[in-house]
Amino acid sequence: MKKYVIKRLLLLIPIVLGITFLSFGMMRLAGSDVVLQQAEGSGAALSQEAMEARREELGLNRPFLVQYADWLKGFLTGDLGVSYVSGKDVFSELVSKLPATLLLAALSAALTVAVAVPLGILAAIRQNRVTDYLIRGCSFIGNSLPNFFTALLLMYFLSIRFSVFPVISDGVSLRSAAMPAFTLAIAMASKYVRQVRAAVLDELGRDYVEGALSRGIPFSVVLRKNVLRSCLSAILTLLALSVGSLLGGTAIVESIFMWDGVGKMAVDAISMRDYPVIQAYVVWMAVIYVIVNLAADLSYRILDPRIRMGGER
Amino acid sequence: MDSGGREVTVRRQKIKKNRVKVRLIIFLILAAALLAAAVWAEALCPYDPYAQDMSAALQPPGPAHLLGTDRYGRDMLSRVLIGARSSIFSALLLAGITGMLGTAAGVACGYFGGAADMVIMRISDICLAFPSLVFAMGIAAVLNGGMKGAVIALAAVGWPKYARLARSQTLTVKNSDYIAAARLSGSSALQIIFLHILPNTGGPILVTAALDIGTMMMELAGLSFLGLGAQPPAAEWGSMMSGGRSMLQTSPWVVLSPGLAIFVSVALFNLLGDAFRDWMDPKGPGGHG
Repeated sequence: MKKYVIKRLLLLIPIVLGITFLSFGMMRLAGSDVVLQQAEGSGAALSQEAMEARREELGLNRPFLVQYADWLKGFLTGDLGVSYVSGKDVFSELVSKLPATLLLAALSAALTVAVAVPLGILAAIRQNRVTDYLIRGCSFIGNSLPNFFTALLLMYFLSIRFSVFPVISDGVSLRSAAMPAFTLAIAMASKYVRQVRAAVLDELGRDYVEGALSRGIPFSVVLRKNVLRSCLSAILTLLALSVGSLLGGTAIVESIFMWDGVGKMAVDAISMRDYPVIQAYVVWMAVIYVIVNLAADLSYRILDPRIRMGGER
Repeated sequence: MDSGGREVTVRRQKIKKNRVKVRLIIFLILAAALLAAAVWAEALCPYDPYAQDMSAALQPPGPAHLLGTDRYGRDMLSRVLIGARSSIFSALLLAGITGMLGTAAGVACGYFGGAADMVIMRISDICLAFPSLVFAMGIAAVLNGGMKGAVIALAAVGWPKYARLARSQTLTVKNSDYIAAARLSGSSALQIIFLHILPNTGGPILVTAALDIGTMMMELAGLSFLGLGAQPPAAEWGSMMSGGRSMLQTSPWVVLSPGLAIFVSVALFNLLGDAFRDWMDPKGPGGHG
């Protein structure tokens, strides 16, 4: 196990290098001209020579790889440059807005598990009965609703028609987090209900379940003690994978509900073509995603001896 | 089991298979109708979708305007119909491009192996390390928006899935006897790929692509909603909803009608994808459930 953990941690290095390289290259392709951008932003007409001089000053004339190495050094030390628009330090801005996004993501993930796991199990044990069809029907509808439409529907019905929740968030509070968290959870729960159902059905079909039942062990005990425990790793994997769609999904939802997190920051930055901010957002979301996936991978190795044995052989 | 029982089982399987086929045909017809509506949208539009008429701005749905009008007095029904074109065709185009690119990369990797395989698979690892929508937003921002940019961004995000699938499929058939026979009889690599590998590996890839169309439609609309896809005044469902957001309180139809259009089309393509999967693989998850 220890050897495996070290191996996985070492594998992080090329992945993070790849992520940073790709993000850097991507933004350089687009926002190659910081100088022109800034000149346009300030409205001042700069002469060709003045812009050349400014490029020289910012080191934009150096070879690509040198610039990348320089930027990487900044990335590792928490220096990602300043925003074109506000002139503020990008990294500290990102760090200050990250807790709100993480709170929203954690809330939605918790809601998703709270909804998807019991409903998935219920659908599985009531397979092909009315309950199952109802649950699957709802999950189908949820799967076909884009999250911005869900957000606007919730906003229309819960805030405008029946003022249950405030229309836009009045700061980071549980009350204003409710609607964005619901929006994200509806889409994810719809997806995971199906997978929990499939995982439980798969487990219920195994011989040991039949064996236990024929020995007279009550179904509820088998379900609780054996089936659910075996499904745990599948559910954990789902949760880890959902972090990816959560991190992307929060962008749209945050900007609709005016939730002051990194997603909204990124959307605002995109509309202003504020490349350093977009770049910081893309890189950091990817790094968080990779770390969460690694953590999940390691933790279900601990939880599920079958994988552990298979991995170490 | 006695022979009578077996006969009943066989008959049941046949009925089930027929049911799957009927389901597939029904959804194919509905999808074809949707596509036809998109193709001949202009003929179906009761009004010019771009003609502004300020005197008729923000009218609720009624006999004159079935889905109401937006803030410039443009007829919503006409705009939703015209919007079908960019929303649906872009999604189909995107699914096609992503599937083909990914398959080409995956089959090449699996068949030829070697350094190219290593490099392409490592690139796909890195692409998969990004949360997909975050990556797509970044690329679309770099490409400065536009529907073309959104399609390229989502294709760049989506190809690794197909590449991995195609690669593993290719690896499983590559060492079969019939491939060896084809090689011995002098077929070129291209001939083997197109005549033997693709026909034997294409099924799961097609199913994946069919199941992806709905999601891709939602993602494209999402990028447009963020201003990274279709630009106003172009009628596209995502950007129409984004434009109508501020009027949700006073004139909800401006947001709800394109929203419902997205929902119905995504649902239809999802149902079609499910039916197609069950038809291709009767023993799959939906086949016996």
